[in-house]
Amino acid sequence: MIGLSHYLAVAAALFTIGVFGIFVNRKNVIVILMSIELILLAVNINLVAFSSFLGDMVGQVFAMFVLTVAAAEAAVGLAILVVYFRNRGNIAVEDLNLMKG
Amino acid sequence: MIAVAAFYILSAIAIASAFMVVVARNPVHSVLFLILTFFTSAGLFVLLGAEFLAMLLIVVYVGAVAVLFLFVVMMLDIDFAELKAGFFTYLPFGGLIALILFGQFVMVGGAWIEKSVSAEAIAAPTPAAAAVSNAEAIGRILYTDYIFLFQSAGIILFIAMVGAIALTLRHRDGIRRQNVTAQVGRTRAGGVEMTDPKPGEGVVL
Repeated sequence: MIGLSHYLAVAAALFTIGVFGIFVNRKNVIVILMSIELILLAVNINLVAFSSFLGDMVGQVFAMFVLTVAAAEAAVGLAILVVYFRNRGNIAVEDLNLMKG
Repeated sequence: MIAVAAFYILSAIAIASAFMVVVARNPVHSVLFLILTFFTSAGLFVLLGAEFLAMLLIVVYVGAVAVLFLFVVMMLDIDFAELKAGFFTYLPFGGLIALILFGQFVMVGGAWIEKSVSAEAIAAPTPAAAAVSNAEAIGRILYTDYIFLFQSAGIILFIAMVGAIALTLRHRDGIRRQNVTAQVGRTRAGGVEMTDPKPGEGVVL
């Protein structure tokens, strides 16, 4: 039978793939943003799995809030990306040193 | 039995398509694989009994976020082959980090002992699925115990919308715009000019 640990394993794999994606696509901001979405999805799977197996609804409510923040983050991130592309003509994050930070 | 098979099929597709998101050469394919990952994850949510969240995942992620990604990928004119150039340079390091991270997850999972949670530790017990549907059960606690967080989520979305518009809004000069005040405030004196042209000369506009 499928237990809690099965779902946690899937979520751990998705989280690891997300972190891996950030490392291998260091030049491409779009894929980095997609990797962050994958990480947040893994977190959501964890929350819903715990909510389901422990019989507590709060996990699903919290997953909804994670979803909200993920949507807001994607919108603002892509807006910043569009503005950056308009100013620089490319989206290479390696050249992101305009502020000399 | 069907639930077990569905779990393995859905999770295998989810992990495989998530891997394709990060290694795909074409970002459009990445976005499409991301959509597939969200769909299969929604299937996993349905298996867990969270139907409302599954539908929310499809509506919000596939309907809004993934389409936004697709829109940006197609709108920006970028040489993606150049951006993919450092892929194999970073592959060993990234793979090492991923392996260490996954090993840590496995160790934590192995050390973790599943205990039964005491009844008072549960904040909002899940009602029986036959009596109350999943959406109603979420609504009952979302609009009562978590109303403040719910409204804060609304404010976050509102601020994100304002921020995205403020970032991308661009005032361009030299564009003819409708000026209602000027149109309404136009008078006969300013709009009509009486001329007396001589034959054969015409009028100068």
